[in-house]
Amino acid sequence: MTDYNFAYLDEQTKRMIRRAILKGLAIPGYQVPFASREMPMPYGWGTGGVQVSAAVLTPEDRFKVIDQGADDTTNAVSIRTFFERTAGVKTTTKTTDASVIQTRHRIPEEPLTEGQILVYQVPIPEPLRFLEPRESETRKMHSLEEYGLMHVKLYEDISRHGHIATSYAYPVKVEGHYVMDPSPIPKFDNPKLGDMAAIQLFGAGREQRIYALPPYTEVVSLDFDDHPFEASKADHPCGLCGAEDSYLDEVIVDDAGGRMFVCSDTDYCEARQAAGHRGKDAA
Amino acid sequence: MYVAVKGGEQAIENAHAWLAEERRGDTEIAELSIAQIREQLSLAVNRVMAEGSLYDPDLAALAIKQARGDLIEAIFLIRAYRTTLPRFGASEPVDTGEMACDRRISATFKDLPGGQVLGPTFDYTHRLLDFKLAADGEVPEAPMRDADLGDVPHVTEFLNREGLIEEAPYDDTPPPDLTREPLEMPAERALRLQALTRADEGFTLGLAYSTQRGYARNHAFVGELRIGAVPVEMEIPELGFAIEIGEITLTECETVNQFKGSKTEPAQFTRGYGLVFGQTERKAISMALVDRALRWEELGEDNVGAPAQDAEFVLYHADNIQATGFLEHIKLPHYVDFQSELELVRKLRREAGVDQVQEAAE
Repeated sequence: MTDYNFAYLDEQTKRMIRRAILKGLAIPGYQVPFASREMPMPYGWGTGGVQVSAAVLTPEDRFKVIDQGADDTTNAVSIRTFFERTAGVKTTTKTTDASVIQTRHRIPEEPLTEGQILVYQVPIPEPLRFLEPRESETRKMHSLEEYGLMHVKLYEDISRHGHIATSYAYPVKVEGHYVMDPSPIPKFDNPKLGDMAAIQLFGAGREQRIYALPPYTEVVSLDFDDHPFEASKADHPCGLCGAEDSYLDEVIVDDAGGRMFVCSDTDYCEARQAAGHRGKDAA
Repeated sequence: MYVAVKGGEQAIENAHAWLAEERRGDTEIAELSIAQIREQLSLAVNRVMAEGSLYDPDLAALAIKQARGDLIEAIFLIRAYRTTLPRFGASEPVDTGEMACDRRISATFKDLPGGQVLGPTFDYTHRLLDFKLAADGEVPEAPMRDADLGDVPHVTEFLNREGLIEEAPYDDTPPPDLTREPLEMPAERALRLQALTRADEGFTLGLAYSTQRGYARNHAFVGELRIGAVPVEMEIPELGFAIEIGEITLTECETVNQFKGSKTEPAQFTRGYGLVFGQTERKAISMALVDRALRWEELGEDNVGAPAQDAEFVLYHADNIQATGFLEHIKLPHYVDFQSELELVRKLRREAGVDQVQEAAE
């Protein structure tokens, strides 16, 4: 693929994206409009994340891509192959070895460290979108910190269900100002967003927005004093590695109601198994 | 025993190989050439160029071949290619008044300077399947005459001379560029037109149709519809003047819409405008109607809450590449989100005591 520039995008475009990233880092949680390009994969399939990764990757980087926590899901494979072909960067499935990690819907279980960059693929960057469909309105609401609508929504959840009925893409408040959509990660992952040592970048290609969390940013999941935020997961250990602290996928194993729970983070699970941990369903 | 789903890479490769085979179809049947698609499926080629925002019939034909005739997929291929092209300059604005018209009709005047030319249109064909075409595609030669080389002035100019139609003030502000700047609201008319000309034909048609059926009704006459080639000129810095670098075929539609007047302003007709690459008249007419509907504010009309009046709604949903990508992404795995919803629903049901959650036989 020598017909294309390093990491596919031309340098002018990368510069434009890097400016948006820098602005995003300077104003944590603020959605920076950027002139998203058509990518050779469909909108909604990670074009925002891909553009952000393309703008931050250097030839020395080691790149990891996960979707649903796993390195071997088809779209993760597709995006990893894209950068192998267009940037020739080394790739890895090990969280600890990666300098740039592009993710869809999860934060790795292994705590990230300084110097790492976590790039999120974001479908709908606007946390207020389903309360107010108009972009012109929601931008105004952010600049005025007018988040009453969101609190009313959460309150209505509690009055109807007894709980805040949002289990993923759970809204957070960044450094006491912007309410931000953390992308559709399960709320189990929300506590990892704050005070993270790595840089977190969020790219929404179709919606033409980039936002960011610099290292060690204060990120608080929205809640009420009498209904505090609770990170939840399936109440089981991993069937393969026995982990009690990781987010689990439920897998149906037969047609008689049999199921097992396994880590969604495949690297975490494999590393634990390699270290000798065994769950009750392990071979 | 559960075995983790592995081998995504191999699955993808195999899927691509199968796709290539399906695209080719029965190898006993002759393969389509790019030239055949370009010449014989030219309206498909035109749509791909228009919505792909790239005027190149050969590339559009290639995209159609590669996409197995799925035009939105072909448009996507063209868009993805287009975005990698370096931009070394901009042409002068094209002058549709200089168009060598293959087709030019007016629904508002029976005759007009420059004449009416039906051109190659389906309009008065009877839509009967031509079984002869299945056996033999040869056609008799169409009658010819020399082209009139006179001026072909725009119909709306006649109305303008009498002050009967709103003035379209000359404005040489460089228009914003949708492909280089993020779309932000409110969008001025130049930007709206730019979005509409590459908008999905079906979506634009549906919106235009809705205005005809009363959702922000504003009766439109096709003042003029013209299709033909216009020269494209570009100023070359080394030369210091503009030279012709080629020509493109365009479809232009100007609608004359119902008027409004007030105490201070006498009644005047208003305008809607459509301009699209290639012979694409359904799209150009639709574009003109939607353009007119979106102008409610500047014309001091009421917002009746119709979809076609809502610039945010129209512009954010008109792009079929954005729409199809996001729509189809729901095919991707969502195990993690679904799992968290599953946990939540189970918890809510447990607390409501509606059923004893059956813990699986493990």
